[in-house]
Amino acid sequence: MRRWRARLAPTWSKAQVPVYSIVLAFAVAAVVVIVSSAFTASGFDPLLPFAAYARLFAGAFGSGNGVANTLVAAAPLMFGGLAVGIGLKAGLFNIGVAGQFLVGAFAAAVTGAALAAAPTIVGMPLAMLAGGLAGAAYGFIPGYLKARTGAHEVVTTIMLNNAAALLLTWAVNDLVRAPGFSFPRTADIGQSALPILAGRNLHLGIAFAVAAVFVIRWILVRTTLGFEIRTVGANPSAARYAGMRPIFITALTMTISGLLAGLAGAIQMLGVIGFYAPGITASVGFDSIAVALLGRSDPIGILFAALLFGAFRAGAPLMQIETSVPIEVIDIIQALVILFLAADLIVRRVFRVRAPKIEIVELATVTGSWGAGTPPPGTAG
Amino acid sequence: MGRGDAAAGDGGLMDILALPRLVWEFVVYLFAVMPDLLPIILSLATPLALGALCGVLGERSGVVNIGIEGIMLMAAFFGYLTGFALHEPLGTGAALALGIVVAVATGALLGLLHAWLTVTVRADQIIAGTMMNIAAFGVTGYLNRLIITPSGRGGAGVIPPFHLPDQLATLPFLGPILAMFLDQGPIAMSVILLVLISQFALFRTRWGLRTRAVGEHPKAADTVGIDVFRQRYLNVIVGCGIAGLAGAYLTLESTGSFQNGMTNGRGFIALAAVIFGRWTPLGSLLGALLFGTATAFGIIVNVRPAEGDLGTLMKTIPTFWYAALPYLITVVILAGVVGRSTPPAADGIPYAKEGKG
Repeated sequence: MRRWRARLAPTWSKAQVPVYSIVLAFAVAAVVVIVSSAFTASGFDPLLPFAAYARLFAGAFGSGNGVANTLVAAAPLMFGGLAVGIGLKAGLFNIGVAGQFLVGAFAAAVTGAALAAAPTIVGMPLAMLAGGLAGAAYGFIPGYLKARTGAHEVVTTIMLNNAAALLLTWAVNDLVRAPGFSFPRTADIGQSALPILAGRNLHLGIAFAVAAVFVIRWILVRTTLGFEIRTVGANPSAARYAGMRPIFITALTMTISGLLAGLAGAIQMLGVIGFYAPGITASVGFDSIAVALLGRSDPIGILFAALLFGAFRAGAPLMQIETSVPIEVIDIIQALVILFLAADLIVRRVFRVRAPKIEIVELATVTGSWGAGTPPPGTAG
Repeated sequence: MGRGDAAAGDGGLMDILALPRLVWEFVVYLFAVMPDLLPIILSLATPLALGALCGVLGERSGVVNIGIEGIMLMAAFFGYLTGFALHEPLGTGAALALGIVVAVATGALLGLLHAWLTVTVRADQIIAGTMMNIAAFGVTGYLNRLIITPSGRGGAGVIPPFHLPDQLATLPFLGPILAMFLDQGPIAMSVILLVLISQFALFRTRWGLRTRAVGEHPKAADTVGIDVFRQRYLNVIVGCGIAGLAGAYLTLESTGSFQNGMTNGRGFIALAAVIFGRWTPLGSLLGALLFGTATAFGIIVNVRPAEGDLGTLMKTIPTFWYAALPYLITVVILAGVVGRSTPPAADGIPYAKEGKG
């Protein structure tokens, strides 16, 4: 018993603030639900949050189907969370996951449809590859611009998100619209779909996502590239003095980040959606940011954070149907989790936490590069 | 857009004069659509210019705010909600006026939150802004689904714009320019005024000097007795109040309705306008007008298509490309401008007094 406690202590001290942040986020969201219930037709209901959270939990874990839905929703979040997380490690904040996700999903849909009749062993990997490469290319653009010109990725990636949605709508309308449907969409992916492992929808993409977690962890911890990424993120000037190439690493990391986001789009396309139509949901974009921050941009942390937010996404529809608490309460909880992680002194006061501060130190690099370059020494106070 | 593309648009157009002629036709076309183009430029630029003003005021004092998008959205919603709830008991005019007040107050309150997070708690400024954006999307979507959608009722409508007398509006050449600034609603018209006031205040008043001191070198400012925290709080709150006005513009002056996520990246284009304008109010207004022009152009080419070879060429470019133009221009301009402009030296860096860090 004592041995176990000693073993778990370091993990717990790392997980303490995130776990308490989640608890506090649920509590504050409950207040929002109670107060807002006064403005609905059904009237003020102080017990509504309990009913809503119970439904949320039941929808996510209450049945075999629920668990499958949770895993299916978590898989793209793992890829997306890794995309944001590896960017953060290099001091880059990729909020373009939504755009790279769409581009990846589109490329996978088109490739998959072209190979719809080919055997799965051929069509599926090629469609995955196409999605990943398209995402990588779309991530390379802001990475290259950041590295070469200093254009901050926070603005460029958001602009590219909007541009991607519009240009892909055009592409579906004018270039690859499948005949025989009343609305613009791509043709069926047929045999290129990810095989179903169990149940109704538990597809192979989940295995890919879990594998990606360990691959990225291996890259970050065990390889020279990972070391360079972490050094550039922690201190770009030190990295340059040590003979590393911050420009190259910046562009490459954004490309890898785009690749992961593209794969998120690809598995969602090949495992769940099946065809590209304008307006397919890209909530993965914002969710991925929350996942990466909650996981402290550590791959294993991201794995668990993705499972948690996947559970939210899987359980929320049942909650909305049965208690009419709007699904957007999930976004509110997410924002609150980020709030409490950012302002962890609140969590520390409320729960009397003494654990050391686990910061994402690379964030200072992200904010410091706002506008242009690194700030002159001595201004940080 | 090379000569080859132009030729492809029209089979027999291989002569050497094709490109100059297209350019000439383009200039003629621009003059022809000017009366339609100019008035909508300012209305499209208004939320961008107000958002950019929020960015300038914050960043000049050393606080980066990427949550302008979310603040605008929140203010747009609560302004709309006020009009929605009060236009029956109070009448449209009073409800709209209160809506604007509520929107600005919402912005200022969120500014207080952002200032507390970034100045007092010294949380990462980009994460604080991200939180704001996600929260805004969630809160507005949540309340929209809970309160507005099930009611089936509409809002209080829009603030009626001021109309230029016909004698002035039909003046050749001068008419459209007058219309651009005066044939507008009150918020759009106030933009120019707010920008001029801010420009003056930032570079000619004591407040402006303090703001810039705090943004460039907080420690030096602190040494000469300027309260760094107070100055940053003040700037962020006032700035976010202005971003709230941008939100009010969207729902109460421009569209008269609320849709989820209706800010649609405007808060981020505003940030690009800040950088484009080198952290000055006038410069960022110019940036906002540029993006407004790109958007306006995308609208006008559909409403008033060009004729002749130019028309043939422009029709080969799909509508969605014109719609994506402002976003792509933002990326290109940011990449071209950024290296050559210098942000406030302490932009984005929390300040800690000695001994308290």
